[in-house]
Amino acid sequence: MTGMIGTLAQAVGMHGNIAALGAGLAAIGAGIGIGQIGGKAVEAIARQPEAISKIQTNMIIAAALVEGVALFAVVVAMIG
Amino acid sequence: MASGSILKLKFFNILLICAFFLTASLFPTSVSAQEKTSESKDKKFDPKDVILEHIGDSHSWPVIGKTTLPLPVILYTDKGFEVFSSKKIEAEGSVYAGEKYSYKLEGGKVKAVDASGAIDVAASKKVWDFSITRNVVSMFMSMSILLIVFLSISSSYKKREGKAPKGLQSFLEPLIVFVRDDIAIPNMGIKYARFMPLLLTVFFFILINNLLGMIPIFPGGFNLTGNIAVTAVLSVIILFVVNLNGNKHYWKHIFVPNPWWLFIIMIPVEIVSIFSKPIALMIRLFANITAGHIVILSLISLIFIFGTLWVSPVSIVFVVFMDCIELLVAFLQAYIFTLLSSLFIGMAIEEHH
Repeated sequence: MTGMIGTLAQAVGMHGNIAALGAGLAAIGAGIGIGQIGGKAVEAIARQPEAISKIQTNMIIAAALVEGVALFAVVVAMIG
Repeated sequence: MASGSILKLKFFNILLICAFFLTASLFPTSVSAQEKTSESKDKKFDPKDVILEHIGDSHSWPVIGKTTLPLPVILYTDKGFEVFSSKKIEAEGSVYAGEKYSYKLEGGKVKAVDASGAIDVAASKKVWDFSITRNVVSMFMSMSILLIVFLSISSSYKKREGKAPKGLQSFLEPLIVFVRDDIAIPNMGIKYARFMPLLLTVFFFILINNLLGMIPIFPGGFNLTGNIAVTAVLSVIILFVVNLNGNKHYWKHIFVPNPWWLFIIMIPVEIVSIFSKPIALMIRLFANITAGHIVILSLISLIFIFGTLWVSPVSIVFVVFMDCIELLVAFLQAYIFTLLSSLFIGMAIEEHH
């Protein structure tokens, strides 16, 4: 591992690449975001079941956009 | 539209298929079986190498097991073109003495070497690689599939004017109408017809490359939309289309912010956002597809890491589940790319309300 934080982590006893830690944090962000989207979508379906297909379409679109942001972080972790 | 040439459709189809196979077999290629030389030295399975080799590009196309199909290497050096089959530099460390320079495969890339075999850095800079690699052949293949399918649909629409669609037409008509009614018209309004060819091309190109990349056996299994160069080209096209079609209101929005005294912050932010939107498109598609391939390959490598046969039912179940998700992601990413492109184009061409 290179870099200041990397050598500090290695001194404590961590093995492997610190970039993996960054990717994991991005996964936490994606999980929280998509969980919120899913929860609100399910609540909206419960309130108005006849709008189910519109809500589902918008949920999928929003989930793909949030996942895109999480994948930016994964790409940066891969490069680093 | 050149309706005259499209009407000779069957002949054109046959010509296209022949052209594809002719170019692919133009160079003397033979399927070669490689010896497993390194097996005795290093028994430990390294998943990183296998995964990177599968999602990356290479100068030969693996057919099955260890047999590969060597592809032509086309180099443009400062002394002229140089073409040879990649079989000559396939084996690890072998040097091919070409007409202009000698070449060696180093880390997947062709580098120029001097007489002793050491890499000649200055000469390597003058060698430009235009080879037909695995991604290029797969792009030719998917392009010919797209051309054949869509040209045949367009000719059958002309022949069956006014009648109900039949066959391949009726299979793809829902998708095409979906792109028009749910992506183009809501975002671009009345002037959508000008941009429909672009949106349809982008949608079906991304879709068919994603789907073909998921097929595990021979003609599939490449990773074209997971190559950042390919997605970069698609997003550069969208960048040009959006900015060349922007009307006065679009540019006024960027360069004349609403309270005039915010211009110091707003103009750089708006200029960055002109570029960041296509960059986001590029990274989103690349990362989604590559991440999907990496996950599936890692789950299969679990079998080899653990080394026992009893891991395989678990691994296969996970892989089937991930494949279903990847199928959804293939459609979804094509849809999202097209939707966001039509959104950007719609923002550029909309009239002031």
